[in-house]
Amino acid sequence: MIQLRSVTKRFDRSDPALSDVSFHVRKGEFVFLTGPSGAGKTTILRLIHMQMMPSEGEVRVSKFSSLKIRRREIPELRRRVGYVFQDFRLLESLSAAENIAFVLECTGAPRVKIEPRVQRLLSQVGLVARARALPRELSGGEQQRVVIARALATEPIVLLADEPTGNLDERATAGVFDLFRTINASGTSVVMATHDAELIRRHPTIRVIEIEAGAVVFDSSGSGAGPETRPQSLGPAPGGDGVDE
Amino acid sequence: MRSLRQAAQGIRRAPLLSGLSITAIGLSLFIIGLFALTAHNIDEALIGVESRVEVVAYLAEGTSDEVVSVATSEIEGFPEVEKVHFVSKVEALYDASRELTEFSDVFSDLEVNPLPASFELGLRDGSRTPEDVERVAERLRGYDFIVEVRYGREWVDKVYALRRIAGGAALALGGSFALGAILLIGIAVRMAVLARSREIAIMQTVGATDSYIRRPFLIEGWLTGLAGGLLALGLTWLVYVAVDRTLLSLSWLPDLWIALGLIVGALLGTISAGYAVRKEIRRIEAF
Repeated sequence: MIQLRSVTKRFDRSDPALSDVSFHVRKGEFVFLTGPSGAGKTTILRLIHMQMMPSEGEVRVSKFSSLKIRRREIPELRRRVGYVFQDFRLLESLSAAENIAFVLECTGAPRVKIEPRVQRLLSQVGLVARARALPRELSGGEQQRVVIARALATEPIVLLADEPTGNLDERATAGVFDLFRTINASGTSVVMATHDAELIRRHPTIRVIEIEAGAVVFDSSGSGAGPETRPQSLGPAPGGDGVDE
Repeated sequence: MRSLRQAAQGIRRAPLLSGLSITAIGLSLFIIGLFALTAHNIDEALIGVESRVEVVAYLAEGTSDEVVSVATSEIEGFPEVEKVHFVSKVEALYDASRELTEFSDVFSDLEVNPLPASFELGLRDGSRTPEDVERVAERLRGYDFIVEVRYGREWVDKVYALRRIAGGAALALGGSFALGAILLIGIAVRMAVLARSREIAIMQTVGATDSYIRRPFLIEGWLTGLAGGLLALGLTWLVYVAVDRTLLSLSWLPDLWIALGLIVGALLGTISAGYAVRKEIRRIEAF
C-alpha cells in the first residue's frame, strides 16, 4: 500500500530532513507516526502525498512510484490519499457542507451526485445538524470533522492526518480519534502523525513508528528498517490498562 | 459555469487592476485600430487611383499618321495594355482649352499649336504594379518617335510608402502598448491567484487537475482581453465618426479586421494570464 525505501530528503545543503527512512504500511493498517516537533513527521506525510519528491530512495503508494509518477498523474494519486491538517484549512466563506461539496466539484463529481454525497459524509462525521454553519461558527472538533469529511469525499484508500488533534481539547480529541478508528475499520489505511504520547499510550495495539532527527528510531511492527525497542519518549508499554479496544 | 463565476469574482476582487489591464489592452489595440483605419482608407483610395493609372507617351513633332497607326496596333498588343487612345495635336489643344477655361484667350491667340500629340494607354486590372508600368514605359521609350513617357506611378508609390509607414507604426506602437498590457494582465492574474492561494492549495491537496485550477484564471484573462478589444473598437469608432463628420469622408473597417482585433485582444489576455497562472500555481504547489 505505502512503502518508503531508503528515503532521504534534503531541502538545502544543511543536514537532511530525513535520512534513509524505510517502512511499509499495509492495506487497512492504522499507524501512529510520532516523534518530537521537527523530527520529520510532516515531511514523511508530504512525501507520501507527493507534494515533494525524495532526494534519494523511493516512495510507493498503491501503483504510484515517486520515481516514475508524472505531474499529470499526481491529482489521481491525491484523490486516493486524503489529507487532514492540524490547522483545518477550511474555506472561511463556505459552510461546512459547501466546503465538502467544493472538493467534489473540483474533482469532477457529477452535479446530481454532490448533494447526496455531502449529506452522507456529514452524517458519517456526525455533523448533519451543522451543515450550514460557517467554519468560524464551529468548534475545533467540529471543524476537524468537516476536514475529515472533506478528505473522505474522494473515497481515498489512505488517510494521512498531520497532528489532527493538536488543536483540540481532550474530549474533542477522543471524538475525532474515534472517527479515525471507524474510518479505518471500514478498510481505509490511516497514517496519523502525532506527538501526543498519551493518545498513543491509550491505544497500545496500534502500530507506532517513531521518528527522531529524520530517522526511524522505533517501529512497533518490526517490519521496517528501524529498531524495535520502545523508546523512552513513549514511556512504558501499557500492560492491558489502556483504553484501546 | 463555476469557472466563469470564479473568473467574474476575480475581476470584481481587483477592479482597479482589472480596469488598468482592460485600459492597457484597449489603448494598445486602439493605436493599432487608428493605424488600421488609416491604412484601410489609404487602401480604398489606392483602388480608385490605381484604376485611373494611365501611361501617356508624347510623340515627336511631325510623326506621320502611318507610323501612328502601326504603333497603335503594336502597343495594343502589349499584354499589360487594355486600350490605346491616340490624341492628336488638335485634340490636345481642344482638351486643354476646354479644361483650362481661364486660359481660353491664350489658347485662341496662339499662332502655332505647342502641344504634342500623344498616346494615352489604359492598363489591365492586375497590370498596374510599379514593375508593370515601368516595363510598359520602357518599351514605349524604345520607339524613336516617342519623346517622353509620363505616368502617375511616382505619387502612387508615395501613397504606397505612406501605407507601409502606417502599417509599420501600427505594429511598433501597438506592439509596445501590447507588451505593457501583457505585463499588467500578468500582475492582475497573479494577484487573483494569490488572493485565492488557500483555495488553490486545497484544490491541489484533494486532487484537482492543473487545468481545472487554471481555467477560471484563463477565462479572466480572456474576458479582460476581450473587454480591451471592445474598448479599442469603441474608441476607434468614435474617432471614425468624428473625422467622417468633420474633416473627410472615411470608410469603416472591414468586419474581418474587427474580428481579428477582438481575437487578438482575447488571445493577448489569455496568453498572459496562462503564463502568470502557470508560474504562480507551481509556486503555491500545495502549501
